[in-house]
Amino acid sequence: MKKTPISTGTEWTFATLLAYDREIAKLAKDFGLDTYPNQIEVITAEQMMECYASAGMPIGYHHWSFGKHFFNIEKMYKRGQMGLAYELVINSNPCISYLMEENTIAMQALVIAHACYGHNSFFKNNYLFKMWTQADAIIDYLVFAKHYISECEEKYGEEAVENILDACHALMNYGVDRYKHPPSLSIPEEKIRQQNRAAYLESQVNELWSTIPLQPHKADQVNNAFPKEPQENILYFLEKHAPLLTAWQREIIRIVRKISQYFYPQGQTKVMNEGWACFWHYTLLNCLYDEGLVTDEFMLEVLQNHTGVIYQPDYNSPHFSGINPYTLGFNMMQDIKRICENPQPEDKEWFPELANTPWLKTLDHAMRYFKDESFIAQYLSPQLIRQLKLFMLQDNDETTALRINAIHNEDGYRSIRSSLSRQYNLSFNEPNIQVFNAALEGDRTLTLHYYQHNRVPLDTQANEVLKHLYTLWQFPIKLVTINEQGDNVTTYNFPNHASRI
Amino acid sequence: MSQFIDKRGQGAQKSVVNRQRFIKRFKTQIKKAVNDAINQRGITDVAKGEKISIPAKDLLEPRFTPGQGGVVERVLPGNDIYQTGDTINRQPHSEQHGIGEASNEGEGIDPFVFDLNREEFLEIFFEDLELPDLVKKELGKFTDWQTKRAGVIKSGTPTNINIIRSMRQAVGRRLSLGGSLKKELSKLEEDETVNTQRIAIIKHKLSKIPFIDTMDLRYNHFTKVQTPITQAVMFCLMDVSGSMDEIKKEIAKRFFILLYLFLHKNYQHIELVFIRHHTAAKEVDEQEFFYSRETGGTVVSSALELLAALMEQRYPSVNWNIYVAQASDGDNWNADSPYCQQLLSEKILPFIQYFSYVEIMPRHHQSLWECYQHLGQTFKNFASQTIYNVNEIYSVFRELFKRKTL
Repeated sequence: MKKTPISTGTEWTFATLLAYDREIAKLAKDFGLDTYPNQIEVITAEQMMECYASAGMPIGYHHWSFGKHFFNIEKMYKRGQMGLAYELVINSNPCISYLMEENTIAMQALVIAHACYGHNSFFKNNYLFKMWTQADAIIDYLVFAKHYISECEEKYGEEAVENILDACHALMNYGVDRYKHPPSLSIPEEKIRQQNRAAYLESQVNELWSTIPLQPHKADQVNNAFPKEPQENILYFLEKHAPLLTAWQREIIRIVRKISQYFYPQGQTKVMNEGWACFWHYTLLNCLYDEGLVTDEFMLEVLQNHTGVIYQPDYNSPHFSGINPYTLGFNMMQDIKRICENPQPEDKEWFPELANTPWLKTLDHAMRYFKDESFIAQYLSPQLIRQLKLFMLQDNDETTALRINAIHNEDGYRSIRSSLSRQYNLSFNEPNIQVFNAALEGDRTLTLHYYQHNRVPLDTQANEVLKHLYTLWQFPIKLVTINEQGDNVTTYNFPNHASRI
Repeated sequence: MSQFIDKRGQGAQKSVVNRQRFIKRFKTQIKKAVNDAINQRGITDVAKGEKISIPAKDLLEPRFTPGQGGVVERVLPGNDIYQTGDTINRQPHSEQHGIGEASNEGEGIDPFVFDLNREEFLEIFFEDLELPDLVKKELGKFTDWQTKRAGVIKSGTPTNINIIRSMRQAVGRRLSLGGSLKKELSKLEEDETVNTQRIAIIKHKLSKIPFIDTMDLRYNHFTKVQTPITQAVMFCLMDVSGSMDEIKKEIAKRFFILLYLFLHKNYQHIELVFIRHHTAAKEVDEQEFFYSRETGGTVVSSALELLAALMEQRYPSVNWNIYVAQASDGDNWNADSPYCQQLLSEKILPFIQYFSYVEIMPRHHQSLWECYQHLGQTFKNFASQTIYNVNEIYSVFRELFKRKTL
């Protein structure tokens, strides 16, 4: 029995938005999607650009780099080189999502299904987000950060604050404990303030201590390697151990570190998160259509946009810019559902634990307990490899030519799967750099080690990053590249990086 | 239950501060771009935003990233021809992008291009000129808007109903709908053999025509227009003899622009007249004014004569507010200067609003400067200044900007 459509035509009103949201929410509940409450904000294109420029932080402190991003986005948007994203969603509780006023009702409904139910449930249930972010506290923390930084600007001058922020931003990706989970995560504002005071007191005490000669300790400091073990969280290390920083500078490092940590899961679940959201907008809106709640025109528009979003240009297309996470994620989610419901002999062989299980439960499990790297390693099927015609290319700078190491055939499935999975390992894009030694007793040189993998060198930008690092550490810095055999390969020094070996 | 919030009204303009920070940080580069822009564009175009381009390497935000080299594996979609074990020869670096070489942001050498809006652009322009804040603010502002009647339209709010026009529409509509019926009715009533049934039908039909209908309604329409103050003409006089080099001309251009901006704020309609001179004066267009060079001696009075003649022919002072800006490096044929003084005090200064003169980087003051000094003492609307740098321009306008009313 067909019902009457919720609305006709392309225009939206708040009443129709509410009506669509109600229906989508009902369906989402039937599917068992567990979400934070939604706070949906309607904004203009200009406001959307602003949100974009501040890296998706709903409340951000001021920094020139956000201005730069804004100019860039504005320019591209004005010239029509870039459509604005239809949506932006914040991992917070309540979950804030933005709808752009220019969108048609079909697009708004698509965004509601995609962001307010798809992403939202992912934020709430994926283990990385649960472990690394506190959705309840993030808005408060951002407000605190903004106020704190503007107070610092008043007290110590914009330039001094900007210097610290520039330096922190350069090291932003090294502000997270990747391997060791920190004991406490994001901390509510009041607690931070308390710590702030404590840190201030501590710094006072330190200054007193520094006047007392350190002689008596010398005896038991024979093996005084510091830190005891290499530290991957460079910002944390600097916050705690940089010799000359004042309390407010350490607090700013902490702020950048906390924000970096908040965004950390997003970078590692791009494929899954988008895949999950696309899967649900597709599923939910098709259900609406099946119930007769939306018109044919509505559905056509949705499908047209959906196809655009999950379009994957081939490797030799001029539009190619890497694997589209939306395509990969959506197809993998659909594929898991297919394997559960309608497994072929091949699937039964590859995924015996998935075949003929209830798809909803299986998919839910996949969403909760994986990140991109492990998700691909676990679930990428031969069928999908064939569908996307994936192949693996090896670029070895010691050979004269690039080599195709695997294609979408029986021999290649496993190596393609593991290679693609590695590609989503964070260290594929971020060199593994750790604090190796800080000669606190000597000339206070800070030594960092870059642990090379597959002989990939560091980009020469590293010189520039060292300058920023120097702003925080204020004593000589050495960055040593260690190859897989454990030998020193190259060294960057700052100051006087001219002496690079 | 989801909560919907309409945030559209709250143009919090989060980005404004960040934009300013950006501009501040790259002041030198942006300033250079703005200056280039000023030199290239016409005086009347100055008060617009500008596309600014600065070298990308200056605003790199460095990160630790993997460099080129080593062994890199990539999985790519859309295999069409390859078999395992195939090899592909390395392409020249520029072409390699096509094959999955995700280009690193910041690697690009394209300059960073972005748009400054009008306020931001003028801010930077004014900074050079060292204008007082109040003046900056005044010049930066847009002209006031005034609501004016603009005819009658079919839709609007009830308060704006135009009764007369609405009734006129109603009359017309009633006539066109009922006219033929009425004619028939009067014919029928004259007729002896009365068809009463037909008469009743017609009367009924006529009574159904409404006296006034929504389609008759007409509304007064209002539109916002810039308040016209009056019109002004601005004469730009410049010495183009050989001694005026490019640097001097650039300073002169800023001088003219500043006067133009002032006028632009105060007058709705401004005409620009460019007069250049060496030994003879000529009215030219802006392009020729700034960019063509002449050599030879200098006779300033030739320009003043032409100015006086043009004022008489085309811009009578009853209808026009006249402003004159003259730039020169002070060279003049000695015997000509007294004649200039005479021309100015008799034929020009009494009829114009303001005459501003800058002498740009003179080697030493000559007779013209002395004559002009005399004029400055007699006439309130005459200002002159020697300048060596753009930041000294404002002083010739000090009097002008001080005046509250024109």
